[in-house]
Amino acid sequence: MKAKRALLPYLIWMLLFTVVPMFMVLFFAFTDKAGTFTLENMRQVGQYSNVFLRSIWQGALATVICLLLSYPLAYSIAHMKFKTQNVMIMLVMLPMWMNFLLRTYSWMTLLEDNGILNNLFAALGLPRVHMINTAGAVVLGMIYNYIPYMILPLYTVLTKIDNSVLEAAQDLGANKAQVFARVTLPMSMPGIISGITMVFVPAVSTFIISKMLGGGGNLLIGDVVEMQFLGSAYNPNLGSAISLVLMVLIIICMGIMNQFDDDDERGAMMI
Amino acid sequence: MEKEPIIALKDIAVAFDGEPVLQNFSLSIRDGEFVTLLGPSGCGKTTTLRIIGGFVMPDKGDVFFNGKRINDVPPYKREVNTIFQKYALFPHLNVYDNVAFGMRIHKRPEKEIHTAVKEMLDMVNLRGFEHRNVDRLSGGQQQRVAIARALVNHPKVLLLDEPLGALDMKLRKDMQVELKKIQQQTGITFLFVTHDQEEALSMSDTVVVMDNGCIQQIGTPQDIYNEPKNAFVADFIGESNIIDGTMREDFLVEFAGCKFKCVDKGFRKDEPVDVVIRPEDIDVVAPEDSPLHGVVTNVTFKGVHNEIIVDVHGFKWMVQSIHYTGVGERIGLEIGPDDIHIMHKSRYSGSFGDYSTFSDEMEEDIMTTEEAEEADEAKQEAAE
Repeated sequence: MKAKRALLPYLIWMLLFTVVPMFMVLFFAFTDKAGTFTLENMRQVGQYSNVFLRSIWQGALATVICLLLSYPLAYSIAHMKFKTQNVMIMLVMLPMWMNFLLRTYSWMTLLEDNGILNNLFAALGLPRVHMINTAGAVVLGMIYNYIPYMILPLYTVLTKIDNSVLEAAQDLGANKAQVFARVTLPMSMPGIISGITMVFVPAVSTFIISKMLGGGGNLLIGDVVEMQFLGSAYNPNLGSAISLVLMVLIIICMGIMNQFDDDDERGAMMI
Repeated sequence: MEKEPIIALKDIAVAFDGEPVLQNFSLSIRDGEFVTLLGPSGCGKTTTLRIIGGFVMPDKGDVFFNGKRINDVPPYKREVNTIFQKYALFPHLNVYDNVAFGMRIHKRPEKEIHTAVKEMLDMVNLRGFEHRNVDRLSGGQQQRVAIARALVNHPKVLLLDEPLGALDMKLRKDMQVELKKIQQQTGITFLFVTHDQEEALSMSDTVVVMDNGCIQQIGTPQDIYNEPKNAFVADFIGESNIIDGTMREDFLVEFAGCKFKCVDKGFRKDEPVDVVIRPEDIDVVAPEDSPLHGVVTNVTFKGVHNEIIVDVHGFKWMVQSIHYTGVGERIGLEIGPDDIHIMHKSRYSGSFGDYSTFSDEMEEDIMTTEEAEEADEAKQEAAE
């Protein structure tokens, strides 16, 4: 009984700021400006299918690269001395203590045609490279901003793997590669899934990164939504419809992901 | 001719962070034997097992398997399997896949695996548990999975690191019987580690008593109990009264101010010795019938017998008797020549006195420090 009472504030909070807004999005998505039911918004979402695809593709690419970069790092950190582990994790988190916008701005100054990197290339006698306002810059921004969310869950599961389990695998005849493939990797699956979720979802729906590093030609679905609410193309009904479709697409993606984790119990908590 | 030992350790020395864990350690194990390493926590018994398993490199000395030196053979190439202290089952695999793990690594055909796994699960009474998640098994069931997982690979030697430590008393006894049965059925050499002397005595062909990284005594359970080599072994294996004595001549020893006939010989004349008398070997008689008599200071009912503490001229004896005696009563102690065991003095002499500090509470305290030490040990191992 007590536990239930303690939950009450959170339930009210969730009701007011999660459930109610969801219904509002749903309502807006299927109505016009006058508030009457229409499927017109949904029909219009179709014209953004390219942007949807680009968002999912870039988000997925950033997620995969994050995973490939993070796993070896998290694995190494998990096998360091305890004190070193804490320092390393702090270093991973350090950028997150700085303002998100500021961090992305600094990438602009790094990547610009006359930015720090290109000046460095020139000084070294290398040709200048056009980097800002490309899809690559956007993906880079996603990786840079979201990689801690991949490293942390991976690190957590990897430290939890008991050394005796790895010894047991060796004892049963598994060499280093087999121990990794048959024990470490499957046992870190929950961390992989949760890392993928935590990177993919914000990456797909980002608008600031694409705006600042992608220029006008690399709009993502987040930018389109933003324009419907704050920009010139003011149309909250269409914005809601796009958001709704995006949400459904993300849920489908995550559902597919969770299929890889055959343990239902563990997979269920990741969504 | 004596058969070549299946495992031999020669002059092994190991130190962790400069702390010696094993010193001058030599041991041979014959094929098919049930050998137990027995000793208090921190005596190096788990380290010995880990050296054989390949998880600890000795600083000095050699490890032989069937006469071949295997110091540099990695764990996965050794023909031994281990049952780990906390089972170390694979939490992401079900019972069947846990047991099949070793055979799959060795790329056996699935059909053969299927038959072998079924057979093993039958042997450990886990038929029908194939698809259970190992997290949802009881301690005893997890234990059985660990046994099946190791035995299915038909190892030449099975290493068991305190495998029954986490089980409750009743289950422990059942598993002792079962393990012994499995060992006899399969003929596999068992090297068993425990700090429980009763477990060691009831299961083993050979008991190796260890303390401080050294072997104190190797022998059959009967030898170890009846003929302990020094005060440590006498104290660690069962209850004992250990008294300072002097060997007056062959078959005659003097202690507690009286001369006693005994069955030991070969000591120097008037050599100071440790005398061991087991509490169950002492008979309670009327005080006037024995030169050894004193006042009862404590009686504890133990079920089968009473544990009586008797103060004889300041030395407190423990006597186990089926007869009840009241506190404050005067009784005599009768000791036959067969009941007296004489040991040379050792570095342990004097460290195990009488039962003057004896109480049940004390024993519990000792247990908890031991457990704490064990936890520390585990942590250290994890850190490596």
